[in-house]
Amino acid sequence: MSAAVKAMPQSRLLLSGNDAIARGVWEAGVKVAAAYPGTPSTEILESLSQYPDLYAEWSVNEKVALEVAIGGSMSGARSFCAMKHVGLNVASDAFMTVTVAGVVGGLVIAVADDVGMSSSQNEQDSRFWGRFAHVPILEPADSQEAYEMAKYAFELSEAYNTPVLLRLTTRVCHVKAVVQVGERNPIQISGFKSDARRWVMTPANAKGRLPEQIAREGKLQELAEASPLNVLEPGSDRRIGFVTSGPAYMHVRESFPDAPVLKLGFSYPVPMALIEKLAAQVDHLVVVEETEPLMEHDIKAAGLLTIHGKDLLPRLGELTPNILIPAIKTFLGEPIPPATTYPKFEPFPRPPTMCAACPHMGVYYSLARMRKKVQISGDIGCYTLGAGHPWNALDTTISMGASMGIALGMDKARSEETKDKAVVAVIGDSTFLHMGMQGMLDIVYNRGNVTTLILDNRTTGMTGGQNHAGTGKGLKGDDAPRVDFVKLVEALGVAPERIRKIDPYMLPVVFKTIKQEIETPGPSVIITDRPCVLSEFYEKIKPYRVVDEDCTGCGNCINVGCPAITVRKSESKTRADGKVNELKFTTIDTAMCTGCHMCVESCGPKAIVPAQPVAVAE
Amino acid sequence: MTDIITNILVCGTGGQGVMTAAEILAQAAITKGFDCKKSEVAGMAQRGGVVTSHVRFGKRVWSPVITPGTADILVAFEVAEGSRWADMLRPGGIAMVNTIRLVPPVVSMGLFKYPDDPVAQMRAAGVTVYDFDAGAIARDLGDLKLVNTIMLGAIADFLPFPASELEEQIVGRFRERKPAMVEVNKRAFDAGREAARQRAAGNSPMAANS
Ligand SMILES: Cc1ncc(C[n+]2csc(CCOP(=O)(O)OP(=O)(O)O)c2C)c(N)n1
Ligand code: SF4
Ligand code: SF4
Repeated sequence: MSAAVKAMPQSRLLLSGNDAIARGVWEAGVKVAAAYPGTPSTEILESLSQYPDLYAEWSVNEKVALEVAIGGSMSGARSFCAMKHVGLNVASDAFMTVTVAGVVGGLVIAVADDVGMSSSQNEQDSRFWGRFAHVPILEPADSQEAYEMAKYAFELSEAYNTPVLLRLTTRVCHVKAVVQVGERNPIQISGFKSDARRWVMTPANAKGRLPEQIAREGKLQELAEASPLNVLEPGSDRRIGFVTSGPAYMHVRESFPDAPVLKLGFSYPVPMALIEKLAAQVDHLVVVEETEPLMEHDIKAAGLLTIHGKDLLPRLGELTPNILIPAIKTFLGEPIPPATTYPKFEPFPRPPTMCAACPHMGVYYSLARMRKKVQISGDIGCYTLGAGHPWNALDTTISMGASMGIALGMDKARSEETKDKAVVAVIGDSTFLHMGMQGMLDIVYNRGNVTTLILDNRTTGMTGGQNHAGTGKGLKGDDAPRVDFVKLVEALGVAPERIRKIDPYMLPVVFKTIKQEIETPGPSVIITDRPCVLSEFYEKIKPYRVVDEDCTGCGNCINVGCPAITVRKSESKTRADGKVNELKFTTIDTAMCTGCHMCVESCGPKAIVPAQPVAVAE
Repeated sequence: MTDIITNILVCGTGGQGVMTAAEILAQAAITKGFDCKKSEVAGMAQRGGVVTSHVRFGKRVWSPVITPGTADILVAFEVAEGSRWADMLRPGGIAMVNTIRLVPPVVSMGLFKYPDDPVAQMRAAGVTVYDFDAGAIARDLGDLKLVNTIMLGAIADFLPFPASELEEQIVGRFRERKPAMVEVNKRAFDAGREAARQRAAGNSPMAANS
């Protein structure tokens, strides 16, 4: 449990940005909160769900999460939703129009950009949405600010009748810092009041509201000029003045302690008068923003053409001191201090592996066996690792739910060379419910020749194991209705005899089922049914070991991809026909092995046998 | 309180307890009244990837990340990970290294090579390395999970606050939840301190083979 949940007002705690936001949201008197998980934002709702007197849910996707929050706001309750950057792409349709309609209860959307891309499919700058949708943006730089701004954002939202974007980055969400918390405001809910001109966004009604939206942006700019979140910090070294926002501010202060800095916590609309004030004090003005030159362009558009920004600094990734210092010193013509004393050793890569006994391994083991005959359209989740070693059995990953639409497109665009290949889509249970159902329906409706593998592991594994509509549990671990995937895909129109439910641990069955389905034309679905090893539903079985004397070094078990299996000894052996065989004799880390027996099934000479458990290794 | 910032980089692989160790350090620092930031770079939910956590504390901490070349202490839960991050150390900083070798699948498959002796490599580059087998100590104490406490004990004499305060931060956690673990954690902490002291004095029996 987050330490903040039970914390008394005024306590001083070490909190992640995500936990701090949750506390701020709760203190603001929010009643409705919704999210779909996504790194680095996931923990906000996990933390929020532990507070009393507030409704919190995992929604099936970000668009629904925002819609739930909109409904709360329309009903006069302060409402909140959280998502990772790409989540707002999904939610954008609702977002772009609720900004026209406005709010009743404060409506705040926390959107977390993965600057530096530790765990995402792209790096995008969500501050674009403020400009696109004409909504204000608050950008905290650390946990304390995240807490304060989360709370303030609801006041701002109500006072200006606008949704507010709380723009976060990984370095806010996942950095722990000291926070002093406060007290909760009383909850007030006015209740929904029917008002078609306000809420029914027909062209006539929406058109009537547009001038208000534009006028609002002007008023917000005035507010930004006077906002205490925007601070002009004086400095003695006036060669450069920095304009900055978010965690980049921290890096600037660290790197150039004597420079004047305009720190923008309320960063859109850009307060131009403050910027001109700073510009008048310094020789050069440099905008330091992660990641796109948005403030820079706004400032240039307002007529300050000589400022610097992305001409000196990278447009990708974090602007940490080791990036900032050399760039600025080069600009000033100063010598660059040597960065490090000791050399950089790059020992070997250590890519993340699937967990021992991950049920996804059985599927990829089989797909790898028929690799030459299949095109494999993938999706996003732990199973994206199927693209890597040792399976190399995934051809595409674009965005959540895209696997089936892409598979259908591939099916409809075959060359002489690919005309006989089977097209397979692979998608996880959470991803299928998030955005996959529509793709499936499209395959059925348009008579696609696609076999879809739905990997039901009863959790959202990739983001750390959250519940979803297919797990039978809610955000708080409470019992919830559980979707029946077989009935669901049947309802979407897949023929009942073409829906196969299998145990991914039974390797021969997996192989045979996939083979049968891809060889029969028409849409088909294979649902694998085994929980993720990190989920509460997983039951550990007794571990196995390799009998050294029986292991022939064939290396088959390695192709399962289980990290508990490692090579004990390698040998080259020349066969009678002159071919050289690379033999790999293996061993199983019994402490890691959870006894799924997939490798047992892969082992011809039956060298893998039950072992007695031993002490747990680090 | 001086303006000096202490930078500690904790590294290892997924599932080793890097985050917990960093969390305990950070908690100890704020209990002492320091400003503190702790930054984590964890990969994804899956196991086995590279994990680091940056802990910075002092009167006022700005950036949450340690700039390469400025870490005072590198705490490595795995020996090759120690070498991976050695360049983060400032001149004269110390690397406290658990000598366990965790070989990833890409190495055991023969796609990459695990360095023969990462400690020797670091030393040859001039890094001050205090290396010891924390796993062996933990095994002797009867619980491999104690590695975490042992590693924290090992750096306890190199911090700007008394070792006892770090120990209390660890032990306090067990006192509430698992009182039976208090004593053994105290012993693990002391064993870590002792191992580091011996390495610092250069008289460890392991010196010959590292
Ligand atoms: C639009 C969007 N929202 C959220 C995410 C974060 N995310 C990545 S994969 C994933 C779901 C993975 O769950 P599942 O499909 O069940 O596969 P598993 O990881 O369990 O194998 C999520 C939520 C994302 N990449 N894109
Ligand atoms: S977290 Fe679950 S789904 Fe992800 S690799 Fe591990 S077992 Fe597989
Ligand atoms: S039985 Fe084999 S594949 Fe399954 S966890 Fe154990 S070693 Fe891994």
